[in-house]
Amino acid sequence: MEGLSPEEWTAVRLSLKVASVAMAASLIPGIAIAFLLERRRFWGRQALDVVVHLPLVLPPVVVGWFLLIGFGRRGPIGAFLAEQFGIVFSFRWTGAALACAIMGFPLLVRAIRLSIASVDRKLEDAAGTLGAHPVWVFGVVTLPLILPGIIAGMVLSFAKAMGEFGATITFVSSIPGETQTIPSAIYAYTQVPGGEGGAMRLTLVSIIISIAALWLSEWLARRVRRRVQA
Amino acid sequence: MILDVDIYHRQGGFSLEVRFQSDGKLTALYGPSGSGKTTIVNAIGGLVQPDHARIVVQGRELVDTKTNIVVPKHKRRIGYVFQEGRLFPHLNVRHNLLFGRWFTPSGERKASFDHVVDLLGITHLLDRRPSTLSGGEKQRVAIGRALLADPQLLLMDEPLASLDEARKSEIYPYIERLRDEGGVPIVLVSHSVAEIARLATSVVVLSEGKVVASGPAAEVLRHTNYFAQSGLTEAGALIEAQVSGHNAAYDLTVLQARAGALSVPRLPHPIGTILRVRLRARDIILSLAPPHGLSALNVLPAFISSIGDAEGASMDVQLDCGGDPVVARVTRKSVEELGLKPGLPVHAIIKSIAFDPEALGVAGQENI
Repeated sequence: MEGLSPEEWTAVRLSLKVASVAMAASLIPGIAIAFLLERRRFWGRQALDVVVHLPLVLPPVVVGWFLLIGFGRRGPIGAFLAEQFGIVFSFRWTGAALACAIMGFPLLVRAIRLSIASVDRKLEDAAGTLGAHPVWVFGVVTLPLILPGIIAGMVLSFAKAMGEFGATITFVSSIPGETQTIPSAIYAYTQVPGGEGGAMRLTLVSIIISIAALWLSEWLARRVRRRVQA
Repeated sequence: MILDVDIYHRQGGFSLEVRFQSDGKLTALYGPSGSGKTTIVNAIGGLVQPDHARIVVQGRELVDTKTNIVVPKHKRRIGYVFQEGRLFPHLNVRHNLLFGRWFTPSGERKASFDHVVDLLGITHLLDRRPSTLSGGEKQRVAIGRALLADPQLLLMDEPLASLDEARKSEIYPYIERLRDEGGVPIVLVSHSVAEIARLATSVVVLSEGKVVASGPAAEVLRHTNYFAQSGLTEAGALIEAQVSGHNAAYDLTVLQARAGALSVPRLPHPIGTILRVRLRARDIILSLAPPHGLSALNVLPAFISSIGDAEGASMDVQLDCGGDPVVARVTRKSVEELGLKPGLPVHAIIKSIAFDPEALGVAGQENI
């Protein structure tokens, strides 16, 4: 079997870029929302929980449609961002990253939330009696203890972004070199005669990246268990 | 005054209403589980916000609900040694110890790292992870971590409860050194009378959220009725005695107290050491005439100073043994038959077994 063609390489590189940006951009909001949901009791907490989890249960095409309405050129949010900050999502790779970030967000939040729940809050109390301000307690006690959970969540978010298809293609279509990620490229290959070779190669790349991500998250899960039990 | 506490707090069906002061180097809070000991130290440390309270430590007001003063826990400078140690699992021993130091204003860093590490005997553990330490080692590190934050008061919530007897006796000497060096006053939560007898200079007895008694340890421990629930057999007088000689032939050590000479199974302490000896009230028999033909080695002449109220079949008879207060717990029947009354000279017969090693602590400089 021959190597990847330049077009296929473009799709792989674009996928890796979209997935990395989606993961990085959702990290801090993900930690903040996981913390809010796990630790704080406030009005609207249930509603926030539902909204965060919606992408997990809604058809991806529906999420893509919402993005198109909201973040499209003429959508309220999209128009505002384009005018004020010059940030455009529609039919750009940034839009693909946004769609992937939203689809992966519930997975990221769940993983981090689980690790926050497993932190012994007595350790945070102990840090407080030693003079640490609550912000410091979070930084030097809570954060290091949930770090494996954060990394596991990042891996899940990344893997989800690598495989995202429905929301991405609905929102930003499948423009080679701009928004055509590995899944949309595979789909495109299956629609043309003689595209089986390309589809097969990209499928193999996709499987390798997925298995690597899964293995990494398993390895991290084992570490978190060891550390929390210590 | 080191500690001035006045707390009213309701939590579910439990209500805590306590008021006490202490000037002791080591104040023990004694009481059965559910008596409110931990809630009190949590209120002092800032982990529990009481409904109404005024808490003053070393002249510094930490809580006064009347004037809305509530110092947050990270600004209280109250060290807290928890029952389970609570060492940070992601830091090694050295960084656990230094944790509080990062947050101590540089001008107030007085405790020397080397001194504390040496005092607690943990020099060899510095590079280890908490998960590799034994229970006793963990607690010593936890004590060091609290001390190195330069606290104005050190709270210890049953720090030895999870340890077996051997590990406990490994830690007692360190707490004694801490108490006697006098740097930081200590509040110790305990439900072991033996522990209090060995360590405390002041005792606050709690029951069902109320203070039953408080005062100097020797004073409080003489009243066995305070310890009725769990510590009756352990309560008794605390006296100081000096090692005056060793008798190799019989494997005995002779101690000199104001009450007289006491022979105990051979002790390792050199001559001249001052020890704290607990004479359990249950282990003292009273005799009107000097006893003959008894196997007990220790018989002290005494005068009855007072007789407590009857509780069931028993009563406490307080004795004056040459200036040392001693208490005997005898039956009401015996008091009546022997005609015991204040002022009467008697002989206190002490069973040798009363000198259990746990009760023999090295006494502090502070007289009790």
